[in-house]
Amino acid sequence: MSDITGKFVPEPERFEFSAAAMHHFELARRDFFKLLGAGIAVFAVAKDAMAMQETAPGSRSFHGEELPKEISAWLHIGEDGSVTGFTGKAEIGQNIRTALAQTIADELRVPFESVRMVTADTALTPFDAGTFGSRSTPTMTPQFRSVGAAARDLLIGVAAKEWGVASEGLIAMNAKVTDPDSGRSLRYAELARGKTLAQSLPAEDPITPATQWTVAGKPIPKVDGRTFVTGRHQYTPDLRPEGMLYGKVLRPPSFGATLNSYDDGAAKARAGVVVVRDRDFVGAAAPSEREAQNALEAIRAQWKESPQISNKDLFAYLKRNASAKSEDRFRKEKGSVEEGLAAAAHRLDATYTVAYIAHAPLEPRAAVAQWTDGKLTVWTGTQRPFAVRDELAGLFHVPESSVRVIVPDTGSAYGGKHTSDAAIEATRLARAAGRPVKVVWSREEEFTWAYFRPAGVMEVKSGIAADGTLTAWEFHNYHSGTSGIETPYVVANQRTEYHQVPLILRSGSYRGLAATANHFARETHMDALARAASMDPLEFRMKNLSDPRMRAVLDAAAKSFGWPRKKMQEGQGFGLACGAEKGSYVATCAEVSVDRGSGAVRVVRLVEAFECGAIVNPDGLRNQVVGAMIQGLGGALFESIEFENGRIKNPHFASYRVPRFRDVPEIEAILVERKDIPSAGAGETPIMAVAPAIGNAIFDATGIRLNGLPLVPNGLY
Amino acid sequence: MAKPIELEVNGKRYAVHYAPDTPLLYVLRDELGLTGSKYGCGEGQCGSCTVLIGGAPRRSCQIPVSAAAAKPIITIEGLEKDGRLHPVQQAFLDAGAFQCAFCTSGMIMSSVGLLQGNPNPSQPEIVQFLQGNICRCGTHPRIVDAVRQAAKMMQEHGR
Repeated sequence: MSDITGKFVPEPERFEFSAAAMHHFELARRDFFKLLGAGIAVFAVAKDAMAMQETAPGSRSFHGEELPKEISAWLHIGEDGSVTGFTGKAEIGQNIRTALAQTIADELRVPFESVRMVTADTALTPFDAGTFGSRSTPTMTPQFRSVGAAARDLLIGVAAKEWGVASEGLIAMNAKVTDPDSGRSLRYAELARGKTLAQSLPAEDPITPATQWTVAGKPIPKVDGRTFVTGRHQYTPDLRPEGMLYGKVLRPPSFGATLNSYDDGAAKARAGVVVVRDRDFVGAAAPSEREAQNALEAIRAQWKESPQISNKDLFAYLKRNASAKSEDRFRKEKGSVEEGLAAAAHRLDATYTVAYIAHAPLEPRAAVAQWTDGKLTVWTGTQRPFAVRDELAGLFHVPESSVRVIVPDTGSAYGGKHTSDAAIEATRLARAAGRPVKVVWSREEEFTWAYFRPAGVMEVKSGIAADGTLTAWEFHNYHSGTSGIETPYVVANQRTEYHQVPLILRSGSYRGLAATANHFARETHMDALARAASMDPLEFRMKNLSDPRMRAVLDAAAKSFGWPRKKMQEGQGFGLACGAEKGSYVATCAEVSVDRGSGAVRVVRLVEAFECGAIVNPDGLRNQVVGAMIQGLGGALFESIEFENGRIKNPHFASYRVPRFRDVPEIEAILVERKDIPSAGAGETPIMAVAPAIGNAIFDATGIRLNGLPLVPNGLY
Repeated sequence: MAKPIELEVNGKRYAVHYAPDTPLLYVLRDELGLTGSKYGCGEGQCGSCTVLIGGAPRRSCQIPVSAAAAKPIITIEGLEKDGRLHPVQQAFLDAGAFQCAFCTSGMIMSSVGLLQGNPNPSQPEIVQFLQGNICRCGTHPRIVDAVRQAAKMMQEHGR
């Protein structure tokens, strides 16, 4: 059995979808300059698996030096002084376009306005496994710092040569290289003129520490905000290439249904309509979406369905179908849980559950596909453009070099846009139609045919000494995953296990992965243990915590919240929760108001402290943290996918409730900055502690312990 | 061919040939190329497609094109005047009241509609009015702030 001191083996991307194979940088240097014009270019070579975002599981693990050299970011300084940064990351509302441009401007010593980012275009940007796992900031920031620093050195070198002086002593600042001795200076634009200078470097040059940042660290507004408030930004569904048709896909009545009989005579007879049947794929393309839909409705199809379970039987099913013995890599043990339990003054065992929930990004999954002379271009809102490219190349039997995937800045994803579904559908229809085809999923398709955050069951056995010290901690997660599964509390005797269960509904990444489920279980249980020890929940946590970063966010949240608070009115309750994941720390305090008569629960106030090292853009970060808190409210209180026999029963916003304005409490986000710690991502961790904090507050108000998410889909009763 | 339907959008007149029950949203987006109005649900539940019809905010996915005929329609593209943003647009920009921004057009159009009828709404009034607009990124507090700021700007400038 493995030792707990080793890092827990991450969930093997089952819910992150597997990473693509390694790829090689194919754009020849001269092509690069042909494309961008002359100037100076610097390429970053990622030197380890983490920086590559290559997080493939098991046998496909890569370590340090064994990894092939790979280009992971690059930067170009044009003859006009314009600076362009290239990254395979996608902008999905997390504001990475702005944050990376700030980083480049900062390191290269140029005005923010002169930097432009090219993102997520498989023909123009370096390979990237995907925009997920809160990895954009921690991987791309140091790489752009490195290329920025190297480009600066290169420019200084050019100036030194020009002037016939030594590089040492020359200063790069304000987009100029200056010689302090003579006072002369040359602008970057002048230095880049007529050059085709390229340099690649390992991403390990010394970079500017956060304490000396001038552009990074500032609350710079979203870089192209004006195009969004004017409606000019074109998301994938807004694209309309010349001659484009609209595609719709015939959906089976239930998951896994197969075509029994099929007659498309009437549909094909419609003017201007292209009908495609390819095995169980049936779709139509037409000059309008309505005509495509009408064509589908004219198809007579009979499907063979199979009985499937419903959400009512879900949790028993998960326990029943869990693998009898979990794999070694999913088990961690330290000390003896049995001895720890035997020595405990109080024991507490409990079971927790989380439901399937949907991402429901407001921009539905969508793609526009265009074939030109055997080459395919696809615009699609995805978090994994290179994986989409590879999948399309494989499915349509064309070389990867013949497929280009472009990701317009996308109407959010939250982990929900890892797959190629709409891209495959549009591509199949476009090939049949010989014209570009756009496929935009309807809201009902979104809620049904995308994928879900997996449901799960968590079981905890625990013991504490009379003074509140944890003596034993045993934690099992069934199905939902391993993110955040390890307790951050100091416990001598512990066992942690993840049990796989065969998929029921199509499942995948969701903001924070299983960290939300695991934190809900752990932090609810910690609250119950604090009550068993007759201790204040904050004091109880502090007693069992040694990590100073965790203690700091707890302190910060508690202080702003005014913890411990005295109840001033009936139905009032206060709760808190904390956690750490993906290099960042969070603590959340909640105040609720419960109407004991009606059972209505209102979240009155949320205070959250978040720490992710050095902050690149406090304005963007605050948006992300507050956004995660509000999104977390939905999963905490009422979001839940209902299903039966392979059908989703609430595939509409009218029946699947998401947080709206009236649900939003008074919110305070405290950004705890640690300039001495490299920036971690912030997309996920801020969502983790919201649900347990609210659940604990409900207990405080009512004495009712709610062990399942969502907590109160229909109020308290 | 059926008689064309006459539309007045952002001060321009159009004659379109569509089935009268086609939702206005599809005509705006697919025929007129005004893609600032978004499809988010097609069920009148999310507000992403909000436009002003006769000055009132309406879900264009729920309005048959025939019902919008001969009434002035304003979309997000019609707010900017001579390169100057509408105060509500400016306030959203200033407040950074968006993340992915897919809901932003609808939020702005609803807010413009609100402020036309109620130039100085209270916070609860804003919340109530925007209840039908979904923001999945959770930018609600900034959106409310932006609407309040816009109200202030509009009162100061007498718009």
